[in-house]
Amino acid sequence: MAEHQFGFRTRALHAGGTPDAEHGARSVPIYQTSSFVFKDADDAANLFALQKYGNIYSRIGNPTVAALEERIASLEGGIGAVATASGMAAEFITFAALCGQGDHVVASSQLYGGTVTQLDVTLRRFGVETTFVPGTDPADYKAAITENTKAVYTELVANPSGEIADLEGLAEVAHEAGLPLIVDATLNTPYLCRPFEHGADIVIHSITKFLGGHGNTLGGVVVESGRFNWGNGKFPAMTEPVPSYNNVTWWGNFGEYGFLTKLRSEQLRDIGPSLTPQAAWNLLQGVETLPQRMDAHVANAQEVVQWLATDPRIGYVNYAGLEDHPHHERAQKYLPQGIGSVFAFGVAGTDQLSGREVGGRFIENLQLASHLANIGDARTLVLHPASTTHQQLTSEQLESGGVREDLIRISVGLEDPADILWDLDQALTAATGINREGDVVETVTPAAATAEPTSEKATEGVHA
Amino acid sequence: MSTERTWVGPSAPERLNILRNTESIAIVGMSNKPARASYFVATYLLSSSPYRVYFVNPVLDEVLGQKVYPSLADLPEVPDMVDAFRKDSDLPGVAQEAVDLGAKTVWMQLGSWSEEAAAIAENAGLNAVMDRCVKIEHARFHGGLHLAGFNTGVISAKRQVVA
Repeated sequence: MAEHQFGFRTRALHAGGTPDAEHGARSVPIYQTSSFVFKDADDAANLFALQKYGNIYSRIGNPTVAALEERIASLEGGIGAVATASGMAAEFITFAALCGQGDHVVASSQLYGGTVTQLDVTLRRFGVETTFVPGTDPADYKAAITENTKAVYTELVANPSGEIADLEGLAEVAHEAGLPLIVDATLNTPYLCRPFEHGADIVIHSITKFLGGHGNTLGGVVVESGRFNWGNGKFPAMTEPVPSYNNVTWWGNFGEYGFLTKLRSEQLRDIGPSLTPQAAWNLLQGVETLPQRMDAHVANAQEVVQWLATDPRIGYVNYAGLEDHPHHERAQKYLPQGIGSVFAFGVAGTDQLSGREVGGRFIENLQLASHLANIGDARTLVLHPASTTHQQLTSEQLESGGVREDLIRISVGLEDPADILWDLDQALTAATGINREGDVVETVTPAAATAEPTSEKATEGVHA
Repeated sequence: MSTERTWVGPSAPERLNILRNTESIAIVGMSNKPARASYFVATYLLSSSPYRVYFVNPVLDEVLGQKVYPSLADLPEVPDMVDAFRKDSDLPGVAQEAVDLGAKTVWMQLGSWSEEAAAIAENAGLNAVMDRCVKIEHARFHGGLHLAGFNTGVISAKRQVVA
């Protein structure tokens, strides 16, 4: 073995994928087993006491899953990783490791809806409070920190606003208070930005999205930098003896490896949202081509953005790659190779139709783009929250939730860009009766059945 | 660890080379408490490595079913590596003992730092490693750290060597 720093593309293919000792399988084998036989009683005792490395039960660790964990840890530049059944599970085990009853989280208000409800409903019911901070000013986050706060949480690229988090500013605020900065970097992947390079302490991904990349398998991961001082007095769970493991302390015995050792040995053990070996293998196939796919996603997204921004039927495009976006400069700093391919845009209402109605018709007329609640597939995906996930809300309620009734979310795929543009164009024409040149080419009349619902029965929507 | 660090330790391939050229390890400052680092390292080395492992501690007789020797000089052989679990101010003395005995490497546990000890070892032609754990470093190159989901930094198309 010689000293050499391998590049991102090489690590996407090789990290964590050393051929096995027994057979030398070149592809990572799928260890489709729930459990692993012990060599003898001493071996079992040492494994359970964490005195040696090895596998016990696939809820806690599995060799196929380990290959995915090390590969993503390598790509992020982290010390290690713990994979989970989904991105939501990755978030939950992280909060469960850091917080107990009476503790507090400071989070961005512009998080994915599932994360908001996990914090705002489920964890609040467990006695963990969250303050949601609007905007991206670190001073607002600082003001929300209390003596019970255990973490500062943000996404790098907000959806649907397209705002970019001030990672370095947030890291400074978090570290001043002795707290870790946790970043959900799902939309950008480690290929476009590695938050550890800007002060983040924990990075979370839904691997389901671009890392897996094919829209066929769920998975999540928690990656840690290995640089946070868990012995600073704010995290007694890291420094007090653990009776179920012979009174070791995670920080004292395992040092920089302590947090992830705890996450695996306590949270995966006790909560159980583990990634299956088959899922890990599926996701590994995606990770191997992450650099090539992200280059293509970004290139296609930029074509679509430019096309939309110059179309009279489009009201606005929320993409920090555009020069008039308020965070254009910040995006250049953190995401110099591109913002990614998920963003939102608004269809303009016409003389006859509201933006909400145009949005619904636009979605129905798309032939190539898939109407569904996911992002980061190899295929182009779209969602019109106002006519689907949020259809029970009035336009006022939509506005207050930051989701305009004319808003379309798109996840630009890897198809021929000309075909994506053709599809958007024909669907916009069918929805509005207006072509890209602004000429009326057919008569479009409002449907009587699309009248806005009354607000009485409106409930909180799920923003997928 | 308040003083500025100037010493630069061996690279990953150099550490692997040290481990590959080691057949016997003496753990100086061995504890009989299961939650102590020396106990973790001893258990790991006895169960997961090919090394002959010796324990040194003048106040203990037996740990993990093995005899504990009062000093390095009492061991039945000269160990290739002296793995020190002692406070920083004791490390130069341990390094000198290792030099006098003819060991090949002085390894000072994670959290340990004594540039004086490193200099004593290196000036006498020994390898020095500081602020690293033999368990973690052996596991880094032999599959254990990988199985636990950690980033080993190893990129290799050769079959995994497991011990």
